[in-house]
Amino acid sequence: MTTTVVLAGVGGQGTILAADVLAKVAAAAGLDVKLSEVHGMAQRGGSVDTTVRFGDVVHSPLTDLGYADHLVAFELIEAARTLRYVRPGGRLLVNTRTIDPMPVLIGAVPSPEGLEGQLQNEGAVFLDAEELACEAGSPKSANVVLMGALSAGLEFAEELWIDVISARVPSHTVEVNLRAFRLGRKACIEGECML
Amino acid sequence: MSRTLLSGNEAVARGAWEAGVSVGVGYPGTPSTETLENLTRMSDVHCEWAPNEKVALEVAAGVSMGGARVLVTMKHVGMNVAADPLFTLAYTGVGGGIVILIADDPGMHSSQNEQDSRNWGPFAHVPVLEPADSHEALEFTKSAFEISERFDVPVIVRSTTRISHSKGLVEVGERVLSEAPAPFLSDPAKWVMLPSNARCRCTSLNERIDRLAKWNATDGPDRVEMGSTELGIVTSGVCYEYVREALPNASVYKVVMSYPLNERALVEFAASVDRLAVVEEADPYLKTHLRAMGIDVADVSVPIEGELSPAKVAAAFGGTLPSTRALIADLPPRPPLMCPGCPHRSVFHALRKAKAIVTGDIGCYTLGALPPLSAMDSCVCMGAGIGMAHGMALAGQGKAGRPIVAVIGDSTFAHSGITGLAHIAYNGGAGTVLILDNRITAMTGHQGNPMMGLTLMGEQNRQIDIEALCASMGIDHVRTVDPHDLEAVGSTIAEEIGRDQLSVIVFCAPCALLIREKEQPYAVDEEACTACGACIKLGCPAISKTSTGIAATDITVCVGCGDCVQVCKFDAIVPAGEACEIGGV
Repeated sequence: MTTTVVLAGVGGQGTILAADVLAKVAAAAGLDVKLSEVHGMAQRGGSVDTTVRFGDVVHSPLTDLGYADHLVAFELIEAARTLRYVRPGGRLLVNTRTIDPMPVLIGAVPSPEGLEGQLQNEGAVFLDAEELACEAGSPKSANVVLMGALSAGLEFAEELWIDVISARVPSHTVEVNLRAFRLGRKACIEGECML
Repeated sequence: MSRTLLSGNEAVARGAWEAGVSVGVGYPGTPSTETLENLTRMSDVHCEWAPNEKVALEVAAGVSMGGARVLVTMKHVGMNVAADPLFTLAYTGVGGGIVILIADDPGMHSSQNEQDSRNWGPFAHVPVLEPADSHEALEFTKSAFEISERFDVPVIVRSTTRISHSKGLVEVGERVLSEAPAPFLSDPAKWVMLPSNARCRCTSLNERIDRLAKWNATDGPDRVEMGSTELGIVTSGVCYEYVREALPNASVYKVVMSYPLNERALVEFAASVDRLAVVEEADPYLKTHLRAMGIDVADVSVPIEGELSPAKVAAAFGGTLPSTRALIADLPPRPPLMCPGCPHRSVFHALRKAKAIVTGDIGCYTLGALPPLSAMDSCVCMGAGIGMAHGMALAGQGKAGRPIVAVIGDSTFAHSGITGLAHIAYNGGAGTVLILDNRITAMTGHQGNPMMGLTLMGEQNRQIDIEALCASMGIDHVRTVDPHDLEAVGSTIAEEIGRDQLSVIVFCAPCALLIREKEQPYAVDEEACTACGACIKLGCPAISKTSTGIAATDITVCVGCGDCVQVCKFDAIVPAGEACEIGGV
C-alpha cells in the first residue's frame, strides 16, 4: 500500500522544503519513500509540483492523474490545475492565497473567478496559511503551516514531525517553524479544515 | 551502514566519494548541478567548476593520466561540448578511473532539447550504466570506477531528471582510501594520439569493449525478474520503476549496462516470453538494438516524446486508468519569470523599445523572450547568440531599421561566448553584444564562474576583466552600465546600436537573489496613477494591472529595486510600509 501526496505551488513558496520534511518523516517512521521535484527554470516563479510517495515498497517517484491520496496546494490556481491528480475521495488541502501569474498581472488573461467554489464542490478544505504563518512569527513559514495541516490527516506521530522540522530548517528559525507547524495542525484537528 | 534520504545527484556524489575519487569537475546544468556541490562538502576531494564541459573533461583526462580517480558532471547538452575529448579518451583509456555523469532531461523541464545520452555508448565506444533510483545511483557510480580501471575506458553514468531530482533511501558506506598515485611515467603509445598510435589504440579499444561485453555476459549488472511469461518487458533507468508499478505481473529484463549490451541474456530472455516489448524514454535505443540483434519486439504505443509515468506505461499496454475529477478549464498558464529586482529586466525593456533583432542565449535572461518583454528572437545553445548575430548581419539583416543585438550572460560568455566574440572581431564584423553580468551562474542555482572568480572550493580567485578582454581583441567600443539606471540603459543601447562598428555593453549588477536585505518596497499612489501601463510593460511579478487599468504593487513581492519608479512619468510609485503591517498579510 503506497500513499501519494502531491504538493503544488509556485516557485519560491517553499514546496521543496515541505516535501523534504514529509519524506524524512515517512523515512523516520520506517517506511520506504520516494520524492520527485523539479529544479531549474521552472523554479523562477513557475508552477512547481512535488510528489512524495511512501509505503512498504515504493517504485515510481512520479504519480498520475487520479492516483494521489492528498493534495496540498500552496496556491489557489495551482490547486485547480493539479486537482485532477487526486483520486475520488482523496484529501484536498488548499491555501486560500492567490498568486496571479504574469499573463494575469499584465492584463492579457483575466484572473479566474469562482475557483474556491469549484474546489469546495470537489471537497476541498481551506486554510489561510499566510495568516497563521504571520501569527507564528514569519510569513515565510506558510509552507510549514501547511505541513502541520497535512499532518492532521496522516498517521505519523507529532514527535516525528517536530524532530524532522527541528533538524531540517535553519537553526534560528526552528521556534517560528515549530509554532507554524502546531498552528497548522491545530487548525485542522480542531475541525476548521477537516473533511 | 545507515539509511539516508538522498537525491540521485547526492547519491552519485556519495558513490564517487566512497570509491575514493580525488577530483570532481564539471559545468552546472539542470538536472546535474547538485552532484558536484554535494561532493565538495565531503572530505579529501577537490572540486572545480570549469568554464565549460569540454574543459571539465580535459581536466579529468589529466587527473586520470596522473593516476587519480575523477568524477565529471554535466547535463546532456554539455556532453555535446565535451564530445571531442570523449572520443579520443576512449582510445587512450584511463590511468585513474574516469566516470562521467550525464543527466538527461526528457520532457525538457529546464533544457532546450531532449537528447538520449545512451547513444554516446555505441558512438564513442564507451560503456554506459543506467541507475533506476538513488540507491543504484550510488552503487553503479562505485562500480563505474572499477569498470573504468579494469577495462581501461571512461564510463558514462546516465541519469535523467527523475533520477537526479528524485530522492530515495540509500544505504551509505565508507570511503575506500586510495593510495597516492605513483610518479607519472611517459607512455606515448597510450597517451599521444598521433595517427600511428591512434590506429593501435583503436584496435585496443575494440578489444577492450569486447572483453567488457564478455564480462557483462557473465558478471554484469543486468537483472531479470521473471513473472508471467505472457509478456516480457525490456527496460532501463527510471522506466523500470514505472514498469514495475504499471505491469506488476510482467517479466522484466532490467538493462543496467546499456552499452555494450548483454546480447546473449537479452536473446535468452526474449525466448523465455511469449511477447516482448520495450519501455524507454527519449530515443528507441533498446528497441533499435534489440531488433538489430534479430529479436522480435512488439510495436507498443509508448509515447516517444517527453517523460513516461506509470499510467502512460499502463495505457500503452491496454490497462484501464482511474476515473478523474472534472477539469477546471481556462486556468491562466504560469510560465517562469524574471524575479522581482532582476537586473536583466531593464535591458529587455530597452531592447523591446529599440525594436532590436535579439539573438539570445541560455540562462535566466532567456525569459526575456516571454511577454510582456518579448525581446528575444533566438535561443539555440550556449554561446550561440554572438555567432548568430554576426550571421544575421552576413545575411543582410540589420540594415532595415532593426539593429542586431546579441545578448549573453556572464557565465555563458565564459562558457563559449568569448570565441564567438573573437570571431566577429577577427572577421571585421559589426553589431552590438550585450553581456548581462549578474556576478553568478544564476539559473542553475548560484554557482561561481571565471567572470566573478568564486571557486567551487569557496576561494575568491582571479576575475576576468571583460573590458580588458574586449580591448585585447581590438574592440574599440566597450562600456559598462548599471542596469538599474534605466536612463543609462536606454541611452547606451541607442548610442551603440547606432554605430556601424562592433561594440560591447556590459550590464553589471548582482542577481536579485544574491541581495539578502530587501529595500523598502513600493506602492502605487492611486490618485497619481493615470493607467498608462508603462510599469506593466516591465513584466515585474510585483506589479499588476487592476480592473480599472490602474497599476498595483504587491509589497510582499516587491524588493524595492526602483526600476518601475524610473519608468513612471507621473511619480505615482512611492515607498510603502512594512509587509506584515499592511493588509494583515
